[in-house]
Amino acid sequence: MSVGKSVPRVDAFDKVTGRAKYTDDLIEKGALIAKVLHSTIANGIVVKMDISEASAIPGVVKIITCFDVPDIPFATAGHPWALEKSHQDVADRHLLNRRVRLYGDDIAAVIAEDEVAASRALRAIKVEYEQYPHVLSPEAAMAEGASQLHKDYPKNILAHTSFEDGDFDSAILEEGLIKIEGTYETPMVQHCHIELPISYAYMEAGRIVVVSATQIPHITRRVVAQALGLPWGKIRVIKPYLGGGFGNRQDVLYEPLNAYLSQQVGGRLVKLELTREETFYATRVRHAMKFHLTSYVRPNGRIVARKCTVLSNQGAYASHGHSVTSKSMTVFRQLYNDEKAKKIEGYTVYTNMPSAGAMRAYGVPQAIFAVESHAEDIITRLNLDPIRFRQMNMMPVGYHDPFSKNVNYFDSFNQCMEKGMEYIGWNEKRALYKNQKGPVRRGIGMSLSWYNTGVWPISLEISSCRMLINEDGSLQMQLGETEIGQGADTAFSQMAAETLGVRFADVHIISTQDTDTTPFGLGAYGSRQTYVAGFAIKQTALILKQKILKYAEKLEHKMACDMDIVSGNIVLKSNGTVLRSLAALAEEAAYSMEHAEHLTAESTYQCKSNAYSFGCSFAEVEVDIPLGKVKILDIINVHDCGQLINPQLAEAQVHGGMSMSIGYGLGEQMLFDEKTGRLLNDNLLDYKLGTLLDHPHLEAQFVENYEPSSAYGTKGLGEPPAIPCASAIRNAVLNATGVAVNTIPLTPHRLFPAFKDAGLI
Amino acid sequence: MYDIEALYEATSEAEAIRLMQQYPTAKLIAGGSDILIQIREGKLAGCTLISIQKLDSLRGVSMDEDGTLRIKPLTSFSHITKDPLIKKHFRVLGEAVDTAGGPQIRNIATIGGNICNGVTSSDSGSTLVAYDAITELTSPDGVRRLPIQEFYTGPGKVALKPYELLTAILIKKESYENCEGHYIKYAMREAMDIATLGCSVNVRLSDDKTIVERMRVGFAVAAPVPIRAKSAEAAAKGMPVSCKTINAAAKAALLDVSPRTSWRASKELRLQLVEELTKRAFEQAIILAGGEL
Amino acid sequence: MQKQLVRCTINGKETETYVDVRASLTDMLRNEYKLTSVKKGCEVGECGACTVIIDGECYNSCIYLAIWADGKNIRTLESLLGPNGELSDIQQAFIDEGAVQCGFCTPGFIMTALEILESGREYTREELRKQLAGHLCRCTGYENIYKAVEKTLKKRKAQSANK
Repeated sequence: MSVGKSVPRVDAFDKVTGRAKYTDDLIEKGALIAKVLHSTIANGIVVKMDISEASAIPGVVKIITCFDVPDIPFATAGHPWALEKSHQDVADRHLLNRRVRLYGDDIAAVIAEDEVAASRALRAIKVEYEQYPHVLSPEAAMAEGASQLHKDYPKNILAHTSFEDGDFDSAILEEGLIKIEGTYETPMVQHCHIELPISYAYMEAGRIVVVSATQIPHITRRVVAQALGLPWGKIRVIKPYLGGGFGNRQDVLYEPLNAYLSQQVGGRLVKLELTREETFYATRVRHAMKFHLTSYVRPNGRIVARKCTVLSNQGAYASHGHSVTSKSMTVFRQLYNDEKAKKIEGYTVYTNMPSAGAMRAYGVPQAIFAVESHAEDIITRLNLDPIRFRQMNMMPVGYHDPFSKNVNYFDSFNQCMEKGMEYIGWNEKRALYKNQKGPVRRGIGMSLSWYNTGVWPISLEISSCRMLINEDGSLQMQLGETEIGQGADTAFSQMAAETLGVRFADVHIISTQDTDTTPFGLGAYGSRQTYVAGFAIKQTALILKQKILKYAEKLEHKMACDMDIVSGNIVLKSNGTVLRSLAALAEEAAYSMEHAEHLTAESTYQCKSNAYSFGCSFAEVEVDIPLGKVKILDIINVHDCGQLINPQLAEAQVHGGMSMSIGYGLGEQMLFDEKTGRLLNDNLLDYKLGTLLDHPHLEAQFVENYEPSSAYGTKGLGEPPAIPCASAIRNAVLNATGVAVNTIPLTPHRLFPAFKDAGLI
Repeated sequence: MYDIEALYEATSEAEAIRLMQQYPTAKLIAGGSDILIQIREGKLAGCTLISIQKLDSLRGVSMDEDGTLRIKPLTSFSHITKDPLIKKHFRVLGEAVDTAGGPQIRNIATIGGNICNGVTSSDSGSTLVAYDAITELTSPDGVRRLPIQEFYTGPGKVALKPYELLTAILIKKESYENCEGHYIKYAMREAMDIATLGCSVNVRLSDDKTIVERMRVGFAVAAPVPIRAKSAEAAAKGMPVSCKTINAAAKAALLDVSPRTSWRASKELRLQLVEELTKRAFEQAIILAGGEL
Repeated sequence: MQKQLVRCTINGKETETYVDVRASLTDMLRNEYKLTSVKKGCEVGECGACTVIIDGECYNSCIYLAIWADGKNIRTLESLLGPNGELSDIQQAFIDEGAVQCGFCTPGFIMTALEILESGREYTREELRKQLAGHLCRCTGYENIYKAVEKTLKKRKAQSANK
């Protein structure tokens, strides 16, 4: 049995020895270097560009400007292609843009012999702009007379949707309801994977090869082809080891431009690596959102009706666009079960800011911050018990979502909360921290977490797997689903070993995806891979097993149905007798002069289900009021992601998510110069990604309810841990100080004035 | 790859000065943690460099015959922290520079570079001003000494004349003798950050530990350059060791500072920190000096 | 382009090569010596991915000029593997404790851990945490990285006590 064990990662040895090859490690010497010229205005048009001086710089090979590129608008979101036109992503950008929509838009590219020449050329290009007033917030962008960024989107509204369950207007007429309102804001943050965005491209046999640090190789192939106006088969994408993605690389970033630049220099190898600074403003970010929530609650805490408005800051280009806002809206719909009605409308609005795309948990950290902070505000106002309030209002066991067909099968919320309360000492500390005085105070808070697994039924869910038996009985496996650091390759190998009946050590997964040879898959996003690929692995392994046993029939003169494969041996099902090793069978199959056979299997599984992934976070904090500082004393996340495939990796995944959510709550934010729209903190010194010293011990625990819809009982875990810590911390600060801060991150810049206003300083 | 036009490596102080004369627009590079970053940013792209990185004669800490501590400018932060003389006589400086960046940065960053770049957020500057450090500057015209407060002339500016090299930072015995100091760096992260505000307090108590004979306080980021807060010092001088004295000094510090609002922090927050950190650093320094509160 | 001869010991081997004076030590190690464990994550000494040991101390090789390496003893992660391909204790601990995820910060972290382990010093929890704070990691929340280093420190201490 392999599933459920904490086996070491299949890539661990290569990673601790420095042998694991990432994109930049594979580049041949003598690559041409490409660099992108970014606009120094936030909104306007490039009128003229003078490249004469730049072109004359020694080492400069070619300069391409926004006036040179084909007029093909394309979309970058890493979604499966949609056959239905209305479902396709918004194609609103060019390889280089004449119409500038953010400070840092791509307006030209230099190809040079080395990076110094390329940088010198960037500085020597003269640009003339026609400038328009910029808009940085959705409110400003939607205002009368605001400059319109994209011609088909009046008032800069990329999308506006709404829904109402029940009859809100009549629901709030009930007598005795208490109305509670609040506005909650979340910041724009960045993924900060440590490996920079990088790709290189060259031409071979009349096709363009792009090697890229991407989460989505097959989708990237499609988008590169679309952006260049080429048949999809003319592009080949290779994805080596990847230094973190977190959703940023679930977008096709600079691969199309890179491919185009190689094409422009006759297919020579061109490398395009962004700097850390560019990564901040020129790739993707998390949507900043603003929620206004109004709740109508009975004095006992039962929510009768709520309404909500969401404004989501899309930035300059659509990327994942309103899909993210829609997911935020679903949190509002599902986490709490309003007795009578709920109503929400959401706007996704273009602004002159970096483009927001996918980032770990896709709109849900924003919504959970709002909904769970608001829940705590209700609890505080009505003097309720936080746990009791949630039990009274949260999604009930047995809930069935008519759209996704998801079912809340188990009492996950209560089971998770129980573990969290016990670990953190909830009851004792809630009592202990009442009525504190003095400059340093402690508090305790919690938050629920809600998520799905994968993207069905909004988008296609499909995974393909190829397996073949080597002559020694070991297994080679390929999937389109990608290893991006989370441990997918290891989990996949465990699943394959489990179903096929071979030893884990005998599963050789090919980590690199190459769209020429890797079966079609969609890639790493939506916490989908263990769930969706699980089906494909199980199905393929069963097909292969059948083939092997069929082959064994010839050798053993026994019926296939009477045999099995266990630990790499063909055994008799009835008593476990080992008939022969799989290795011996494989050798025979490969070289038999009578009946040689290549034992392989390949299959595709289209998944038409989804699964809830629930959890919670409990945080204990110490607030130094005069210094405006919050220190986390203890924090725990508890998740029910079904059966754990590899407990150690699952725990590690939770640590990383908690870290991201803590940063979201306490320190991370992108800051802009209002006058120019320029990003101020585009580096890892000024963008406060936490160091080891900024991290408390991270406790990760699980509730393992075997997910009935899943091939291996598992469901989404990649993203959920990044959801609930920020709100738990915010609620703990409220508990400590009585001050409710509704905008994160809770930096001293925000806490100091808040404490001052509250008379604490 | 850095955009460097040309690079010359000095093998002696004299050669460094000669190279400076020969290439008057060249930039001196010591550890590189500032200069290389500015080259990469484009600010100094295409510059000519004179590297003094290998001048081991400018490394280390020693004591002059009169008890003056002599800190050579190329001494890295981590070496300052580990140095036995610093540990014994000037521990707070070792602690202050130990708050800079992270371990790798502290291995490369030099104390000379940290003050020659003239930034107010320097983690050594506030402690050096609080100890009346003296800079020793060597040029073809000879050696001159300048109090560090005069060495800092404005944001990013120092009093180095053309062809002049910082060759030592001196701390007189009367400055460090019978003193205990404490530095608090306030930043948004616990490591790898620059100070939002830095406060370095040192005290000398009476023999019976009841009177503050002398108190000195230096700040980072409370003004365009690292500064001393003389009003705070005056408010504490000769006063009994007490919370009242601490609070009075902390209040008085507000008279000496002039922080500004930037996107990194508001003036109001910095003023709050001036008062609060002065209290906490002063209190800690008193405790270190054997006082009781 | 100005080039300069750099003679140094890299991973125990004496080497010499002419290096572009504009090159960082990261550039030299990656391009001239193919030591690709030295990673590039920010180029300004903020992330720590390029950390190498120079004469016993850890440096961000991205903000260290290649020519300064002349006469130095430089070690990268590639030097840790034993003669028969065996992992060092700290590498094994990173595997055992689940301290590796995307693996991009791993080489740098292990080099800092090595400096700590070889210092022969004892560390309090806070001191150890501080010594490891010069690296950024987005995957792990540092939890298991800290555990791997702490565990190896304890193991080495126990081993030396037994000797």
